[in-house]
Amino acid sequence: MQQQTMTGTPALAPGASTIPGTPLVEMRDISIAFGGIHAVDRVSVDLMPGEVVALLGHNGAGKSTLIKILAGAYKADGGEIRIKGETVPIANPRDAKRYGIETIYQTLALADNVDAAANLFLGRELVTPWGTLDDVAMEAATREVMGRLNPNFRKFKEPVRGLSGGQRQSVAIARAIHFNARILIMDEPTAALGPQETAQVGELVKQLKAEGIGIFLISHDIHDVFDLADRVSVMKNGKLVGTARTGDVTQDEVLGMIILGKCPPGARPGPGAS
Amino acid sequence: MSDIPAGGPPPAKQTVPASAPQTAPVSRLGALEVDMRFLGMVGALAIIWIVFDFLADHTFLTPRNLWNLSVQTASIAVMSTGMVLVIVMRHIDLSVGSILGVTGMVMAVFQASYLMPAFGFNHPAVWMLTLVVGIALGASIGALQGFIIAYLGVPAFIVTLGGLLVWRGAAWAVAEGKTIPLTDDHFKLLGGGADGSIGAGWSWMVCTLAILAIVFATVRARQQRKRFRFPLKPVWAEFVTAGFASLAVIAATLVMNAYTLPAALARRYAEAHGIEVPADGLFISFGYAVPVLVALAVGIVMTFITTRTRFGRYVFAIGGNPEAAELAGINTRRITVQVFALMGGLAAIGAAISTARLNSATNAQGTLDELYVIAAAVIGGTSLSGGAGTVAGAMLGALVMQSLQSGMVLMRVDTPYQNIVVGMVLVFAVFIDTVYRKRFK
Repeated sequence: MQQQTMTGTPALAPGASTIPGTPLVEMRDISIAFGGIHAVDRVSVDLMPGEVVALLGHNGAGKSTLIKILAGAYKADGGEIRIKGETVPIANPRDAKRYGIETIYQTLALADNVDAAANLFLGRELVTPWGTLDDVAMEAATREVMGRLNPNFRKFKEPVRGLSGGQRQSVAIARAIHFNARILIMDEPTAALGPQETAQVGELVKQLKAEGIGIFLISHDIHDVFDLADRVSVMKNGKLVGTARTGDVTQDEVLGMIILGKCPPGARPGPGAS
Repeated sequence: MSDIPAGGPPPAKQTVPASAPQTAPVSRLGALEVDMRFLGMVGALAIIWIVFDFLADHTFLTPRNLWNLSVQTASIAVMSTGMVLVIVMRHIDLSVGSILGVTGMVMAVFQASYLMPAFGFNHPAVWMLTLVVGIALGASIGALQGFIIAYLGVPAFIVTLGGLLVWRGAAWAVAEGKTIPLTDDHFKLLGGGADGSIGAGWSWMVCTLAILAIVFATVRARQQRKRFRFPLKPVWAEFVTAGFASLAVIAATLVMNAYTLPAALARRYAEAHGIEVPADGLFISFGYAVPVLVALAVGIVMTFITTRTRFGRYVFAIGGNPEAAELAGINTRRITVQVFALMGGLAAIGAAISTARLNSATNAQGTLDELYVIAAAVIGGTSLSGGAGTVAGAMLGALVMQSLQSGMVLMRVDTPYQNIVVGMVLVFAVFIDTVYRKRFK
C-alpha cells in the first residue's frame, strides 16, 4: 500500500507523510532533562490521522520519555505539542485523555488488586444517578469490549493479578481503545505476548488505522515495524536521528540509524544525525 | 474526550457475545459467594469466645460481658475503619491515639468553657457543636499530616510519629494536664451505660431495620445482575446468606436485650419513672448501647465509601499500583490528604465515645490506641503491602483484640502478661494471613 502511494507522489520531501492535511499530532522541539541529563533533546515528530509512526532506538534513547510527555505523565521543559494544528497544554494524564490521547504502557499500568472492569474504567468510572459506582454497567461494558478483543476472556471478577500476561495485555489494550481514542500510543505492545497474540495485535493496529486513528508505536522488533508502520522516527541519546517512510529505506539503513546515528539519503535528518 | 454515558446503562437488550457467562456453579460453597477470609475470622472469634468462657468459669459468654465487650470495642472499631484506608494506600498513621487525646480534651474544654455558658445546661446545641468542633479539629489535623505526606514528600511513618508526640503534647497543653469533666448529659450518652442504651423496644426496631436492609440489598443486587443478564446466585443460596445474616442480627439483639439493669438500679429507675415493680422483680433491658450503634453506623458508611464511591475505588487502585493510578489521571496527592483527614475525623469520633464513657477528658486518653487500631486492621485482613482490606474485617479485628483483653481480665491475668499475649497473637495472625495469601491468592 505504502509503495503504491509512493510511486504516485515522487516529489514528496524525505520523511514527510504521504497522507495530506493537518497533522493529528505535532511535537516540536520537545526537551526534558532529569538532573542535568537531557533525556529528550529538541525532538520533533508528527503523526497524521490513520497513520502508524514507529519510534525506534536503543534502551535509554528517550522514546518512552518522549511519549510519556505526550501522554501527560511528564511535563516537557521546552517545546510545544499541537493537536490538529492547535497548541495544547498537556500537564497531566487527564489533559492528554481529554484530547483523545490513549496510552498502552510497556508496564501496562494496571492496578493488580482490582478486576478488569475497575482497571478499564480507572479514573473515568461509570456512576449511577446517585453518584455511586455502577459496577454492573462497567462489567457489562467490559464483557462487551473484551468479547471483541479476546473472546476467551472469562475472569471478570478476579483481580488482574490472577491473569496471564496476554490477558493482562488485552485489558490494557481494551482500556486504550474503549474510550474512542484519536491518538494511540503503544509502548512495546507485544513484549509480553506469544506469536499468535502478537499477530492479533498487528491485526488490531491495521483495523484502528483504517478507522483513522493515529498510532505511535514503540517497538524493538524491526520486522514488526516494517510490517505495520508507515514511517519511522529514530532516536539516539535523546536526540532525533531522522524520520523516513518505511518504503524509502531498508531495514539495514534503519539499523544504521539506530546503532550509528547515520541518516540515509531516503530520510529527513534530525539534530541527532552524525 | 469520548462521550461516556454518565451512569446511563447500555441498552439492556444488548447481547454479551463471546464472553457469555458460564452458568454451572463451582460448588455448593462457591455458590454462596461468601468471603472465606471473613468467615474464617468469625470462626476464630467463636473459638476465642468459647475457650475464654471455659477458662474464665463461664463468665465470658454472659449477656453482661458481651454487652460490655461491645461498648469497649466501639472506639477502636470506629478508628480501625479509617486505618484500613490508610494502610490500603501503603501508608500508616501512628498519631491516632494522640489525635484522640487532643480532640477529646478540646471537646471537653470547649463544652465546659464556651458552649455551656452560651447555650445553658443540657441544651441540644451543646452536644452537636461539641461533636462538630471535635470532628473538624480531627479532620484538620489529619489533613495537615496528609498534606505534609502527599505534597512535601515526608514519609507517613515519620509525619505521624512526629504527630504522636506533637498531639499528645498538645493534649496536655490544652488544659495544662488537668482532667476536664464533661458537663452535657446528652453528650455523655455517646459513652453507653444504662442511660446511653436504647432499651429493648428500640433494639428490636434496629433489628427489624437491619433485616429489612439485608433483604433489600439482596433483592437489589439480584435485580442489578438481571438487568445485564449476568449469572445469578441460585435462589437457595440467596436465602441461606440473607437468612444467616438476619439470624446473626436477631441473636445479637437477644443478647443485648438479655442484659438487664441490676435490681437496685432497676428499682431506682422504676421510682424515677413511676413504674410499678412487679412481684417477681423488674427487668429493664439495656439493649444496644449508643456507642455501638455509632460504631455500626460508621462501619456502614465507611463500607459504602470504600466499595461504592470513586474515592474508595481510587484508594484501592493507588494501593495496588500508585504509578498506574497516577497515569490513569487520578489525583493521588489529593486522595492521600482526604484519607488522612478522614482518619483524623474518625479519631475524633473515637475521642467522643471514649471521653463520654469516662465522663471526662484526660491528656493521657488514647495512649497506645494507635497500636490497637493498626492491630485491628491487620488482624482484620488489611495487607500492610497495600491494596487489600475490608472495613468489616477491621471492625471484626477490633472485636478480636478486645475479646482477648476482656477475656484475660476475666481470667485475672495481669496487664503485662496481657500485653505479651496480645503482641504474640498479632504476630501469629499476620503469619496466618501471609500463609493464606500465598496459598489461596
